[in-house]
Amino acid sequence: TPLIIYLFHFLIEYAELVFMITDVLTAVALYLAIQDYNKVVFKKQKLLIELDKYAPDVAELIRTPMEMHYIPLKVALFYLLNPYTVMSCVAKSTCAINNTVIAFFILATIKGSAFLSAVFLAVATYQSLYPLTLFAPALLYLLQRQFIPVKLKSKSFWLYTVQYAALYLCSLVVIICLSFFLLNSWDFIPSVYGFILSVPDLTPNIGLFWYFFAEMFEHFSLFFVCVFQINVFFYTIPLAIKLKEHPVFFMFVQIAVISIFKSYPTVGDVALYMAFLPVWSHLYRFLRNIFILSCVLIVCSVLFPVLWHLWIYAGSANSNFYYAITLTFNVGQILLISDYFYAFLRREYYLTHGLHLTRPDGTEAMLVLK
Amino acid sequence: KAMVAPVLLLLLVAAAAGRDALREELLLSPLPAGDVAATFQFRTRWDADLPRGAVSHYRLFPKALGQLVAALGVRELHLALTQGFWRTRTWGQPPLQAPAGAELWVWFQPTVTDVDKAWKELSNILSGIFCASLNFIDSTNTVTPTASFKPLGLANGTDHRLLRYAVLPREVVCTENLTPWKKLLPCGSKAGLAVLLKAERLFHSSYHSQAVHIRPICRDASCLAVSWELRQTLTVVFDSFSSGQGKKDWSLFKMFSRTLTDACPLASESKVYVDISPKNKENELLEVTPTPTSVHEAVVQGEKKTYAVYDLLSPSLFNTSRSLNVQLKWKRPEDSSELPIPVLHAHRYVSGYGLQTGEISTLISNTHPYRAFPVLLLETVPWYLRLYVHTLTITTKGKENKPSYIHYQPAQDRRRPHLLEMLIQLPANSVTKITIQFERALLKWTEYPPDPNHGFYVSSSVLSALVPSVVAMKEVDVEQSPLFTSLFPSSDGSSYFVRLYTEPLLVNLPTPDFSMPYNVICLTCTVVAVCYGSFYNLLTRTFHVEEPSRGGLAKRLANIIRKFRGVPLL
Repeated sequence: TPLIIYLFHFLIEYAELVFMITDVLTAVALYLAIQDYNKVVFKKQKLLIELDKYAPDVAELIRTPMEMHYIPLKVALFYLLNPYTVMSCVAKSTCAINNTVIAFFILATIKGSAFLSAVFLAVATYQSLYPLTLFAPALLYLLQRQFIPVKLKSKSFWLYTVQYAALYLCSLVVIICLSFFLLNSWDFIPSVYGFILSVPDLTPNIGLFWYFFAEMFEHFSLFFVCVFQINVFFYTIPLAIKLKEHPVFFMFVQIAVISIFKSYPTVGDVALYMAFLPVWSHLYRFLRNIFILSCVLIVCSVLFPVLWHLWIYAGSANSNFYYAITLTFNVGQILLISDYFYAFLRREYYLTHGLHLTRPDGTEAMLVLK
Repeated sequence: KAMVAPVLLLLLVAAAAGRDALREELLLSPLPAGDVAATFQFRTRWDADLPRGAVSHYRLFPKALGQLVAALGVRELHLALTQGFWRTRTWGQPPLQAPAGAELWVWFQPTVTDVDKAWKELSNILSGIFCASLNFIDSTNTVTPTASFKPLGLANGTDHRLLRYAVLPREVVCTENLTPWKKLLPCGSKAGLAVLLKAERLFHSSYHSQAVHIRPICRDASCLAVSWELRQTLTVVFDSFSSGQGKKDWSLFKMFSRTLTDACPLASESKVYVDISPKNKENELLEVTPTPTSVHEAVVQGEKKTYAVYDLLSPSLFNTSRSLNVQLKWKRPEDSSELPIPVLHAHRYVSGYGLQTGEISTLISNTHPYRAFPVLLLETVPWYLRLYVHTLTITTKGKENKPSYIHYQPAQDRRRPHLLEMLIQLPANSVTKITIQFERALLKWTEYPPDPNHGFYVSSSVLSALVPSVVAMKEVDVEQSPLFTSLFPSSDGSSYFVRLYTEPLLVNLPTPDFSMPYNVICLTCTVVAVCYGSFYNLLTRTFHVEEPSRGGLAKRLANIIRKFRGVPLL
């Protein structure tokens, strides 16, 4: 994007330092955000216990400040020590800057500042188009913080929504106009956003798009581009309806969906949502496939460079090998996210209905999704 | 006497339509390694005002090309179809070189408003005229050079936006390109020098290049009116091993399996020149039979050269025999002296390993002992080789050499190629190395040519230079001097213009698996569906306590069998 190019005009000599600083900033922002979020979670839990919303035998599911004490540190360390983060810092990928902006956006949202949150979201959207979908979880969180219930007929709800949307859109317009004045032409809009949306460049990456469009029949190319792009934005509304009480989890799922299905994903995007996993460490007992999925992800990460070398340098493999690892990696990521989602929903059910479920005749019951 | 009336009629008609004249010429030059190069030039000059007047009577000038020039507003047209590569290091400086494949460069008149549209139409029409796939010329291989390819004919102003240049390095030249080229000649291939142009011998050679050049020239010394000149040139190099059976003696019959019987009746001049210049200031080491009509001396490409001339229009030539078979014999058996090195030569290659990155290197040598001169380098690289211009380095004798003029136009994916033009000063007796790194792109499966692992061609880069000459050169009078001396305009007597082409490059790109489109679509959509399915389940379904089921069909069958056996039920 034009502003980043302008920024690097001055920073190009210190490039390594800049990327290290952005990573550290991201980690610090996540640390502070999760610290605040823990306080919010604990307060909410206390409120619900006092309101007797929980079933009587769920004592072992209640979270204590003791166990939540080290979570922010774990989040920061998860981000900094993640091999993916290290790789994208060494490669000097601008993904690090995207991550920093999103981390600051999360920090601003959790702290409750609507203005800063809108500004950071606008910058994130300006950089790559997809953080647009993070508007919904941020809005839900801020509404929850202001104790405004999400009802379609409520006037205060609409007022706040319009305020936040106006802040966001105005900052976006300001940033785009700044870029226009920097370049004196609107050419950057098709170059940046047209490029993200129409996927003309097919350089192999860890996503699904490149091989798909390399092998696509010309006739259907436009149709499938539209389908794939809609797929990214499509999960926002259903997730918003289901997870309106838990906007931060919604944000996590949304960031993961973006980093799996965006048109040019990188390992830096994966590192960002993986940094949140310690926040949901209390869901561990409900995860069904965590061992297999972590094995899949680790093996795929190791095989990626091996098969790339075999295809491009050794010539003894062909593009199908690398593509297969891409597929497996993405399936692993998708199953990881849906596993966490399942675990989260299951814990919520247990919290409200009790941990030891019995059937009407007294025997132990099984829980299924129907 | 019976010939007088038609000839008079012809002259009358010619006078009414504008005079036109045809000169044909064949130059045989033996090359240092024992090969021989034959250059045919057929020049038709027509004193007519093509762009303006509605000309309806075409005599010597072919109607196809005349209508093309008039309708599309073409000022200069140069089309060359070449097979093979001119080895400057071993064969010396070429009289007129063309890059491998098809090359087309055109200057349009300033009156043309939409140059790109005219260019597209022109390439399609030429593709039909010459049976070559010139219709593949589009914006992805056309460039607009800013400094190279200045007009060779009359020019009022040179706005480079009227110039277009394209090369198709993958084009193959064969008989079906030669036939329409021969048809454009006034005498066809029936009389004159063109009888020698037989396809089965011409394509059995190391280098074959046929070209068409159309340009406006001054009608006379005062340059008040414009004439149009059409030159058709054909250069062929016969290899002493494949065509000559290892012996270095050449003759017209050995080269072309034909001999000359007469001159073209429509030609005003028809000559055969044989280069008998002595090397090392000794006696001539080449003997030509039969005896030439005259001997001509000229300074060509900076050197003094002697030519034996056979004038086919002189009556004394065909006195002794009906046919003319010029024979060249070497006087001394094996000439093992060192090959004379041309003043300017270049070599280009691609290096690197793997299918991700690579480096293009160009080596330009200036072998002149004390004179330095600048050379203009034009490189066109296709868009799918992404050049890293920050890695462009030019070194001479170990030190960095900064070009005095750089013009770089970056590529746009699927729209236009890279264009790099540089004016580099070559110091005397030096080798300059220009390197630039690139990255290879993955293309859509339909964009690969039929044999994708053969590779992609990168067209030759063009070097244009005014090379200082050893001997002072006089201003040539176009009408009096041989055709091969008057192709390039010479500005002053101390240097001559040379246009060299480097080798084309063959670069491999990573390929997707072409057998897999349906499989890839299915598998990728499966992965998307896995996500959709999981999320759909989690979003639309809620947790329920499981109802105790009565048992499915399998359970009931199992219970029936258990009842028979007398075992407790499930």
